[in-house]
Order: sequence, then structure tokens, then C-alpha cells
Amino acid sequence: MDISTFVQQMINGISLGSMYALIAIGYTLVYGVLRLINFAHGDIMMVGAFVAYLAQNAGIPFELAVILAIIAAMVTGILTDKIAYKPLRNAPKISLLITAIGISFFLENLFNVLFGGVPRAFSAPDYLTKIIHYDGIIVPVTVIIIPVVTLILLFIILWILNKTKYGMAIRSLAFDIPTVKLMGINADIIIMLVFAIGSALAAIGGIFYAVSYPSIDPLMGVIVGLKAFAAAVLGGIGSVAGAVIGGFILGFTEIVVVAFMPDLGGYKDAFAFIFLILVLLFKPTGIMGQDLDRSRF
Amino acid sequence: MLKVKNLEVYYGVIAAVRGINFEINEGEIVSLIGSNGAGKTSTLQALLNSVKKKGEVVFGGYDTKNHKTHALVQKGLALVPEGRRVFINLSVEENLRMGAFNNDENYKHLKDEMYKLFPRIEQKRNQMAGTLSGGEQQMLAIARALMSEPKLLMLDEPSLGLAPKIVGEVFDTIVRLRDEGITILLVEQNAYAALSISDKAYVLENGEIAISGNAKDMIGDDAIRQKYLGG
Repeated sequence: MDISTFVQQMINGISLGSMYALIAIGYTLVYGVLRLINFAHGDIMMVGAFVAYLAQNAGIPFELAVILAIIAAMVTGILTDKIAYKPLRNAPKISLLITAIGISFFLENLFNVLFGGVPRAFSAPDYLTKIIHYDGIIVPVTVIIIPVVTLILLFIILWILNKTKYGMAIRSLAFDIPTVKLMGINADIIIMLVFAIGSALAAIGGIFYAVSYPSIDPLMGVIVGLKAFAAAVLGGIGSVAGAVIGGFILGFTEIVVVAFMPDLGGYKDAFAFIFLILVLLFKPTGIMGQDLDRSRF
Repeated sequence: MLKVKNLEVYYGVIAAVRGINFEINEGEIVSLIGSNGAGKTSTLQALLNSVKKKGEVVFGGYDTKNHKTHALVQKGLALVPEGRRVFINLSVEENLRMGAFNNDENYKHLKDEMYKLFPRIEQKRNQMAGTLSGGEQQMLAIARALMSEPKLLMLDEPSLGLAPKIVGEVFDTIVRLRDEGITILLVEQNAYAALSISDKAYVLENGEIAISGNAKDMIGDDAIRQKYLGG
């Protein structure tokens, strides 16, 4: 393997990792405040990609379609919380989990019924899909754009979480919901905000995925969502930085397996989960995670 | 300022508070004393609609019935909860910011006021609140509640788990706050300390008010002292 192939694969790894990271942040944020693995999160990503596709089909320019997709995903995320999760705030966590799986099935099958299960080609403007040739490295522009956008979004998220009062409320909520209410804060609004942020990132991740692979179908969120979830757990669920690190580890693992061990390429998903199992064996809270319950006092 | 009529709190079929009546006037320190399980914390939670309640609670002239906890806090009720419950994963300063969540315009000014009132927490403003000592956490919890500029400040067992010297400091602070015009409802197991700074007191026993009256008289009353103040 020559150096340019190596660099090219690294770039691919960064790009794939960013995509996982974007989606993993949504898992980690929701888990942080509700202790819920939101299994419908991968399907929110699918909703985002589908809305972008449908909007483009209706003649809306790509950039506007992206904005519509983000809004649609945010609305879907907020509605799932309002309709399905909010009535269960005081119920056992297992009920919440089962409900999340139900929502996931619902969204997948709803889109299956409405649009059919056949994969559809996703078109993106030329400036995203054109190929760069540089010193033997051949990559589409998207693999450069994806990590850059991810990095910018990551800084925005960290800024919101660490510097704004809403972010502080999100962090407080992770530890003590009743006391957050004592601050005169409407906890439901903050939870809504968490779903809105997570869903927006998922929509962006979904569109990146659709542009990279370029096809979409109602079940596209299943395996990507599962891997992003694995990334979040690997990095330490509850930690945004952990979600990003986990996303990159998973992205790289996959690319390394495919690129350097092509015979095992078919097992790339298995490798991602083997990695997860290994990390959890030695550090059950994940790379950046803390034991949220024990660190209470 | 606060009028409570026939307040009842049930957890399932178990009664925690059985129809109590009390009243707090502006500028008073009123204490609610009683042993563990007498219904003190349930009463506070009922005042903030954090638990299901029956009966009437009128705060500053309006019925609190249809208000959620956070809305009542916005109206000027603040609670320093039992066990302090500072946000341990936030810095001291961020805890204060949370207290002033709906009070953006006065945040900076109030924060300086709090650091003047509690110089010890100013030194640790950038530390995680979880690293503070129990006494410092109590001060932070009080400061955090004051950041919303409450009309009525309710404190649930502020002396719990603190060294006697720190208890003294906390109680001195409560008196100072009253002198600055904040009405105070103090819930305590440490009855003697609570009575010594209060104007009025109610003794809760099994969810009912057993005795009420002027705090100074109650300290002086031998019968009450023997029964409730441990001699």
C-alpha cells in the first residue's frame, strides 16, 4: 500500500467517523437527561434524509431542502418525546426503552408504507459530489466537507452546553430533575431542546450519509443508528466528547478493515461491535464516561 | 404572604400531612419543626406543587392550585432543598447562574452580592460544586435560591449534617436575610436552634400541627421544651 492510498483511507475514516459522531451525539444527549437509549434516533436520521430527498423532488433547491429536513427531523424528535416519552417520565426505564423501540418500528414502517422499501437515488449538487484529485489521492469533496461541518457543529454544541444557561440546564438535568424545577426552569422545555438538537444533528448526519452512498430507504437508519449507538457507548454514554471519540474509533475501524484486510471486508460491522465489547470489558462506562449514579455525591 | 388551609398530602393511602393550617406574614421567620417523618418536607413539596395535595395554598394573594413548580418559583417562592442538592457537576458560578435562570438582567449584580454574603464560596467560584464541603454546599444552595430574588425563601433542614459552628453561621445568615426583607419559612429538626431565630413556630407531629405560637414563648415553655426540644 502506498502513502496516497493510506492518506485517502484515513480521510475516508475521518469522514465516516464524523457521520457516526453526529448521530451519536443525539444518543448521548438524550441518554444524559432521560437515561433513555432512544432507539428511534436512527430513524429520525432517516426522516431527515427522506425529507431532503422529497423536497428536492418537489423542485426545492438542495440548500433549502437541507433546512427543511433539519426542521422536519426536529419536529419529529420533539413529537416523539411529547407523544410517546413524556407520559412515561415517572414510569420504569424499561417501559421507556420498549416505547422507543416501538417508535422506531413505527417510523420505519410508516415510511415503508408511504414511499415503499425500494432504495431511491439521492441527488446532491455537483459542488458536493465532485471528485478531487491531488497527488494520487482521489476523494469526493464530501469527505472533506463532512468532517469540517461536524467539527463546526461540535464546537457549537459544546459552546451551548458549557457557556449558555440552556446548556447548563441540560447538564443539571442529567443529575437532578426535581432540583432543576426548583430553579424556576420548565424541565420539559429543556428536554424538548435536547430532542431538537439531537434530531437536527441526526438529520445532518442522515443527509451526509445519503450524499455519500447516494441512496436512501426507510431502513437506512437501522444499522447506522445501531453503530452510532455503539459509538456513544464506546465513548462513554452521557458524554458529548465521548460520542465524538467513539464515532471516530468506529469509523476508522471500519475503514481499516475494508482497506487493509479486504478479505474480511464483509465483517466490517462485526469488527465495530467487537471493538465495543472489548472496550466495555475493560472500561464498562466507556472511554470518557463516568458512572452517573455513583458520582452523584 | 402565605396562607395554607386544610393542606393534605397522601402517598397512596398513607397520609403524610393531615389537614394543616398555617400562615406566614411578610418579614417573618416562621419555623416548622418536628421529628423525622412528621410531614415537614411533604408540606414544603406541597407548597410548590411538587407532590399531589389537597387544600388551599394562597401565596401573595393568588391561589397556587394550577401552577407548576417552576412557575411558582418564578412567582417568588424559592426552596433550598433538603440535602442541599447543588448541581455537583456544575461549577459554583454555574450553580448561581442556574438560580438566576429567569433573572438574566440582575444576574451579575446578584452574583456579586452572593459573593459578599458568602466570601467562602467566592474563592471556589470555578470549582465543581461537588468538591465543596457540606457547609459550603449549604451556602451555595442558599445563594442559588436567592438568585431568583424570592419573596419567600423556604429552607429544608439547613443544619442537617453540618458542624455546630457552621450551623451558627447558616442561621446568622438567615436572620440577616430576614433583616433585608426576605420572608422565611424554616423547616428544622434542630428545634432549639430554629426557635431561637424564629418569630412564629408550628410543631408538626404525625402530619398534624400539635402546637403553634410565638417562638420565644415556646422556648420558655417547660412542657413544650420537655416534649419537643429534648429537655
